[in-house]
Amino acid sequence: MKNKQKLLATPYFFWAVAFIIIPILMVFYYGFIDSAGHFTMQNILAIASPEHSKALFLSIRLSLVSTLICLLLAYPLAMILANKSVNQNQFIVMIFILPMWMNFLLRTLAWQTLLEKNGVINSVLRFLSLPTLDIINTNAAIILGMVYNFLPFMVLPIFNSLSRMDQDLINAARDLGANNVKTFCRIIFPLSLPGVISGITMVFVPALTTFVISSLLGGSKILLIGNVIEQEFTQASNWNLGSGLSMVLMLFIIISMIITAIFDKDGEGLM
Amino acid sequence: MKKKVLLTLALTMVAAACLTGCGKSSAGKNGEVVVYNWGEYIDPDTLDQFEEETGIHVVYDEFETNEIMYPKVESGTSNYDVVCPSDYMIQKMIENDLLAEINFDNIPNVKNIGEQYFEQSKGFDPENKYSIPYCFGTVGILYNKTMVDEPIDSWDVLWDEKYADNILMQDSVRDAFMVALKRLGYSMNTTDEAQVKEAAQTLIDQKPLVQAYVIDQVRDKMIGNEAAIGVIYSGEAIYTQRENPDLEYVIPKEGTNVWIDSWVIPKNAQNKENAEKFIDFMCREDVALKNFEYITYSTPNTAAQANIEDEDIKNSKIAFPDFSEYNNLETFDYLGVDGDNLYNEYWKQVKSAD
Repeated sequence: MKNKQKLLATPYFFWAVAFIIIPILMVFYYGFIDSAGHFTMQNILAIASPEHSKALFLSIRLSLVSTLICLLLAYPLAMILANKSVNQNQFIVMIFILPMWMNFLLRTLAWQTLLEKNGVINSVLRFLSLPTLDIINTNAAIILGMVYNFLPFMVLPIFNSLSRMDQDLINAARDLGANNVKTFCRIIFPLSLPGVISGITMVFVPALTTFVISSLLGGSKILLIGNVIEQEFTQASNWNLGSGLSMVLMLFIIISMIITAIFDKDGEGLM
Repeated sequence: MKKKVLLTLALTMVAAACLTGCGKSSAGKNGEVVVYNWGEYIDPDTLDQFEEETGIHVVYDEFETNEIMYPKVESGTSNYDVVCPSDYMIQKMIENDLLAEINFDNIPNVKNIGEQYFEQSKGFDPENKYSIPYCFGTVGILYNKTMVDEPIDSWDVLWDEKYADNILMQDSVRDAFMVALKRLGYSMNTTDEAQVKEAAQTLIDQKPLVQAYVIDQVRDKMIGNEAAIGVIYSGEAIYTQRENPDLEYVIPKEGTNVWIDSWVIPKNAQNKENAEKFIDFMCREDVALKNFEYITYSTPNTAAQANIEDEDIKNSKIAFPDFSEYNNLETFDYLGVDGDNLYNEYWKQVKSAD
């Protein structure tokens, strides 16, 4: 019986080998050779060059800022949702997920139209004789794009861990004389930590690797590490360097996954 | 034991799916032709017309840049029959032995293509054996007359602080460097590192004035009055003027890039004869005219040029400039791996600068 269940995973096994394992091995292969096919570490060490490390640190900085903003926005929202009755919160969660039905590129392109100099937002502001918003093609616009696109990934895990929390623990804390602040700091927040951590990973990782948001909302003037890698493949035809830099980026992703694994042992924050 | 049977079954199913997937070619009664062209670079009606007239099924695929196209053709996994790369990329493909010689006997309509365009093609296809011109044009400055009141005739305007945050540059290595190199009076095909470095420095100096580096979006942004000045391909210029009459296109006096995109047949093409039929169809006068009116990129088809109904377009200096009036016009050369790396290295510095 157990054997049969295992067999059901066979299609996925092939899928994973063909579309996950083999491509990753190919990235490693290209990353460790030069254009002549000889073994080299240059593609990985290239991260130390001023342009690459600058792009990497800028990516890390922008992703950290947008992760923090997502957390600050998402936590209160998740708490409100978790306290609502089941019918109400399902409706609100639905509203939250609804934009994700639309293509990610389209949503980001829409922000470009909204933020442009003569875009929708500025036209309205100008009509009302208010000062215009000039953030298109700046870091601020990129952060806005990241927060907008990745916020649901923060809300849902936090909401999950909050709504699964045992209400008796909170009641017990109250019975023992803890006020709201104390209950939150000593009971609610620590118990929701797995959700918070997996939310942070789910926002930080895609934000770190994005190249679409930075080229659409940054006017291609701001080079993130994702853009460097993309350009190595599409413009410079240097697959080796692109793969080497991708491996460096994978390292950061693995680190953040290890952090998640440490805090979120039962995987309860994950959806 | 059972496990093995199921595993084999699963494998067979995957293999079968692959085979049926790969095997379902020849949808048309006379086979098919796999075309790989630039995005929005053809009137889709002409494809239907070709299918109807010849019974050959067209599989149509699009690319965004020459650099994306090249590895796909090189690997041969997609088996394209007809591709439409630009000049310097055709040269690279010829040098790396990726192209098949075209049998001109199968393409009688080639007579419609002006001799001067084949002459110009000799820069990248010295014996005119591998390519047949499809579109050509220049790169120039598109500006909005309501935002710029001085006459513009030089690339210098892209470095004018008056237009800070109102300038759109091309987001591709060669095009961006072309502007800087021409402005400095150098060849756009230089591989002299000192010249490339100097050009990169001027691009870094220019960066604070640039609103955005874009490719296809220059068109929409200029139509929407988002910027005063943009670097644009001449084919897009005619379209933008149709949508926004305030726009004007100039070829700067320091010279510019004259480019040609041509049909070629890769060596690994599966349907070479159909490919030649397709190219022949595209060279037909009425088809070329239809395509020109749809995409507004200048056609080298002289028979079609003569039949353009709109007199303004027919005599347009943008679509059909008299090249003898301009100095320092050049066509991109393939610079080899080292040359490409040189430009890419400096381009990265430009893009990463503040």
